[in-house]
Amino acid sequence: MNGTAAQATVGIVIVSHSPDIARGTAAMVRQMVQDQVPLAWAGGDCAGGLGTDVTRIVAAIGEAWSERGVALLVDLGGAETSSEMAIELLPEERRARVVICDAPIVEGAIMAAAEASGGADLALVQQAAEEACIP
Amino acid sequence: MADLSTDRMTTWLLEAAADLEQAKAYLTELDAPIGDSDHGVNMARGFAAVRDKLTAAPPADVGTLLKTVAMTLISTVGGASGPLYGTFFLQAAGKAAGKTSLTLAEWTECFEAGLTGLMARGKAQPGEKTMVDALTPALAALKAAAGQPLEQALAAAAAAAEQGMKDTIPMLAHKGRASYLGERSIGHQDPGATSSHLLLRRLAEPAG
Repeated sequence: MNGTAAQATVGIVIVSHSPDIARGTAAMVRQMVQDQVPLAWAGGDCAGGLGTDVTRIVAAIGEAWSERGVALLVDLGGAETSSEMAIELLPEERRARVVICDAPIVEGAIMAAAEASGGADLALVQQAAEEACIP
Repeated sequence: MADLSTDRMTTWLLEAAADLEQAKAYLTELDAPIGDSDHGVNMARGFAAVRDKLTAAPPADVGTLLKTVAMTLISTVGGASGPLYGTFFLQAAGKAAGKTSLTLAEWTECFEAGLTGLMARGKAQPGEKTMVDALTPALAALKAAAGQPLEQALAAAAAAAEQGMKDTIPMLAHKGRASYLGERSIGHQDPGATSSHLLLRRLAEPAG
């Protein structure tokens, strides 16, 4: 799910306990920004059930990697804990360029991707996601 | 037995895998009213993978053993307890690097590093109805038993973990899915504290 022509923008990773939610959210993001933004998702545990899979999250960050950084959108607590673990397992030079947005997963992902597609930096992308539900 | 040898620690984790397989339904039952009903299945799966790893390639020292357990749990558990227990074992491994056995003082140091890491990972404090509530009194018991025979210290830690586990029943959950239930989380024993107690009990009482 790499946005091949889009390496100049921040990447987005969707992490949900549910593969359906992760895949569906990614599809909605894709509809908004086509391939302008590197995008990947990780959903479900390693056995295909509901849950989170640290290894898969690490891989998704790799797929959506951009030198400008990657913003993660997560659903419930376990997705955040697993994402934090995944970030710690990244090569040291990448860790500081990955953030977890404190935002609702669908709205946050779409706002983040829209912001990223305009070339915004990681901090602005995170901010856009975190302001997603502030009227 | 004076020290915790690599063999003893390996046996502990293999026996714990069997315990968790056996406790799968019980842990799930505890998790159902206040969580997402996956703790039993997740822990059994994670420790089955640990058993396979340790059987296929028995680690030569305690540091390698604990690190193997950590990485296996992180990649196979599938719930928040994977990164939580994974971080515990990973931080503990850091204090056991290259050691083929641990004294009580060394194990206490490993345990403290592990618990500190786990609490940071879960952003959890005692009293929030989590595994921290079993592990914190266990660490205190290990420290209080400094200088005593190892087996006595491990038994005291297991007993403290059991009390800590029971003490989670009246607590209001502040972490994880259980926290969404607010007052309704009161009256249920925390599944994470329960699996922590199972682990520490088996370390104190090898099945042999």
